[in-house]
Amino acid sequence: MSVTAPSVQALVPEPAEIIEKRSFGSRLHAYRLRLRDPAARPRFDFLPGQFNMVYVPGVGEVAISISSDPEEEDLEHTIRIVGRTTEVIDRLDVGDVLGLRGPFGSSWPLNEARWKDVLVVTGGLGCAPVTGAIDYMFRRRASFGRISILHGVKQPADLIHRDRFEAWRREPDTWVGLTADQPDRAWRDRVGVVTELFEEVEIDPVRTVVFVCGPQVMAVMAVRILERRGVPSSRIFLSLERSMKCAVGLCGHCQFGPEFVCKDGPIFSHERVARFFGVPGL
Amino acid sequence: MSESSGAPQWLERGGLQQLLDELRAREYDVHGPVLRDGAIAFEPVVDTAELASGVHDVQEAGRYRLEPGDGGRTFAVVHGPAALKPFTFAPREPLLQVQMDGPGSSFECEPVLPDTGRVAVLGARPCDLAALAVQDRVFLGDRFPDPHYAARRENLLTIVVNCTRSVSTCFCTSMGTGPEARSAYDLALTEQDDGFVVRARSDAGREILGALALPEAEEAALDRERIDLEACRDGIDRALDTTDLRELLYENLSHARWDDVGERCLGCGNCTMVCPTCFCHDQRDEPELDGKASLRVRQWDSCFDPDHARIHGFDFRARVRDRYRQWLVHKLASWEDQFGTSGCVGCGRCLTWCPVGIDLTEEVAAIRGGGTA
Amino acid sequence: MSAVAPARPRLAVFKFASCDGCQLQLLNLEEELLALAERFEVAHFLEASSRVLEGPYDVVLVEGSITTAHDAERIRGIREQAGWLVAIGACATAGGIQHLRNTAAVEDWKREVYPHPEWIEVLETSTPISDHVRVDHEIHGCPVDKHEVLRVLTRSLLGALPDPPRGSVCVECKRRGQVCVTVARGIPCMGPVTRAGCGALCPSLGRDCYACFGPSRDADPAALANRFRELGLSPHDIARRFRGITGGDPVFRDAAQALEDSDG
Repeated sequence: MSVTAPSVQALVPEPAEIIEKRSFGSRLHAYRLRLRDPAARPRFDFLPGQFNMVYVPGVGEVAISISSDPEEEDLEHTIRIVGRTTEVIDRLDVGDVLGLRGPFGSSWPLNEARWKDVLVVTGGLGCAPVTGAIDYMFRRRASFGRISILHGVKQPADLIHRDRFEAWRREPDTWVGLTADQPDRAWRDRVGVVTELFEEVEIDPVRTVVFVCGPQVMAVMAVRILERRGVPSSRIFLSLERSMKCAVGLCGHCQFGPEFVCKDGPIFSHERVARFFGVPGL
Repeated sequence: MSESSGAPQWLERGGLQQLLDELRAREYDVHGPVLRDGAIAFEPVVDTAELASGVHDVQEAGRYRLEPGDGGRTFAVVHGPAALKPFTFAPREPLLQVQMDGPGSSFECEPVLPDTGRVAVLGARPCDLAALAVQDRVFLGDRFPDPHYAARRENLLTIVVNCTRSVSTCFCTSMGTGPEARSAYDLALTEQDDGFVVRARSDAGREILGALALPEAEEAALDRERIDLEACRDGIDRALDTTDLRELLYENLSHARWDDVGERCLGCGNCTMVCPTCFCHDQRDEPELDGKASLRVRQWDSCFDPDHARIHGFDFRARVRDRYRQWLVHKLASWEDQFGTSGCVGCGRCLTWCPVGIDLTEEVAAIRGGGTA
Repeated sequence: MSAVAPARPRLAVFKFASCDGCQLQLLNLEEELLALAERFEVAHFLEASSRVLEGPYDVVLVEGSITTAHDAERIRGIREQAGWLVAIGACATAGGIQHLRNTAAVEDWKREVYPHPEWIEVLETSTPISDHVRVDHEIHGCPVDKHEVLRVLTRSLLGALPDPPRGSVCVECKRRGQVCVTVARGIPCMGPVTRAGCGALCPSLGRDCYACFGPSRDADPAALANRFRELGLSPHDIARRFRGITGGDPVFRDAAQALEDSDG
């Protein structure tokens, strides 16, 4: 019952300075952060898919996945400006300080995916939690089989990382499919929702691991198609999003069925959550 | 003395004050059930005369009344709205003190841990104790034990009073938590006309009993105790059928009963506030006007709160039915996955203190009886 | 709020049809009031000072409802001068107790009450500020909780939007360890459908909540009305509970209307 140091540390944000800010449009920024106390860095060792609680002193905290590579010294968070706390983060720039508490949660199964084919299905604006994992694989390209990336957006303007998708497209043994639901005249990729891209992608159900990250409707449809094509539920991984306050499974906000998304997730195998996945209002 | 034997002892009715004095001598801040605003509440007591007397409680779904007559018993009232929860999981408490200079500035954080002295609660019920054991698992059982809960818990001494009386909302017998205490306690009393059968189950409890130098309880008192507890057990007719309950609820997430209860439920959150195991909380920063400091505070929150499952404009549980289902399915099903135990101890508080008297045993029965809709 | 807080933002307080009680809450801040005057330049606050500075203002607090054509014009002018406009109190957010005239014939009332009804120039209705201009935030209550006003202003200095109290009055009531007046004493209380923010003040004094903070989000007045009926209230009596200080809020207004219709 005694108070352990790690559990107190998990509650205390660590100051980190913004050393670079890159903007993708007006409402999405990648912040590279360097801990003020270098000695604290080992505590922040993470795996792609894990998240930190990003803190604005006096204002609040938000759960944001870590988008940098685990081997880099600095930590990067790609932050969408959507609420009270991120509105304040929006105005911060190089030299400003944020707080970090973490890392928390589960990670993408990159070890399990090693030597296998990887299919990444993302949709809408929610691809930030998976881009770090994609970068991770391309930096270790030889360790993975065929990499296919399917990304759907509503409108072309929502495609924020076009340059990254184009760069991935040029990688060997890689297939990138982009689609827009409501294309404009300049759109040269596929038209329709992301699940329609499945028709074009080769999937070897025996050796494919799937990462799904995006709106629930998209994820539910993607899972349905994947199962029809013989990919086992245990090799489909989903990134779930929920409200989070404490990040250590105590505040209760992030519950999804029996899971605490903050500590059991945010990455789950579909097999684990199949019973609850897609049930409205859960 | 009886540390090895652990034999039940006998405390004369008048000896209760002696127990109180002994606790105070050991620097315990003693709380006991006192009358307050038409119910009982655990409040500091120095003298046994301060304990609720002359009344007993009548409880039903949505209704609580104290009525005259205590049958000569000190602990005639079964319980009030609050269990032990506020003693270990404070309704509101600071977590962090932040020194800062506004957004973007560097800052320093200092954890704020509760500075609680020793607290002894006299008159907790077996269901309250069972709930404490459940919350111990919630707050202390995982990788990040909660330091605030831990600090309060460490200083808490529990003196449970076994139930020889029940109210209509009780269903501890279904949950295996009463009418006699089963989970770890420090001291347990069973009240009789002329005194109490006393047991100790911890070192702290044994020390206190040792200091009181009580006689062993006579066989007759122990026989009477068995009879009283049995009578209490037999008197509890409300039941929650827990057979395959987790599976039943998981199988019926789309049952029409959720819509039905969603119509009746006010979404006010009272059930979660009185529930002795509910642990949801919110945390937020409270900055000082000068922008130089901020206090992070947590407080009890409810899964019925319209913001509970909301994330940048999207509400995962938009309807009251979704919120009721979340509460009930969590309490009776997913709690088992999470903590290896039910989240319900059968205290019946959520029935009594629901302003519209929604009865979870009835809701479960409806789902069980009605099949999948 | 797009407002990046300037070093010392200009604060203005304006009053419309109201009792001044919410402005008084600001003055009741006492110790914090001095600190507030240091952090903000108080440019217009007639209840506190006759010194009046011209706009524009960074933060504008508006008390009171709109009841005259002149006021309807005046609030538009204020909006133009306001960076961030906050309606404070039940009058400004729901039309106040004076919304009662919305369901009656104003001309008849004037004749009954005033010796010279022709001198009274008012609109047919008392309406919240948001019916007339864009409102950036609302602080509820009659009166508002002074600490909440302070929290909103403090967060504005940090460039952050308000983070108002959540849930129902019941949640606050239970956090304070109070005994429910409905369950323990059979008193019809509006707490279950009322927005938190007062700290369950009335129940702390042993009486029922009368919903001066307005309906909580997703409040279900019909379910509570059923309970009130069981407690012995007639539909007419129940409707009156909903037609209180915040009865101008559409949720309570519709609930009251439904009850009155059901009463024949």
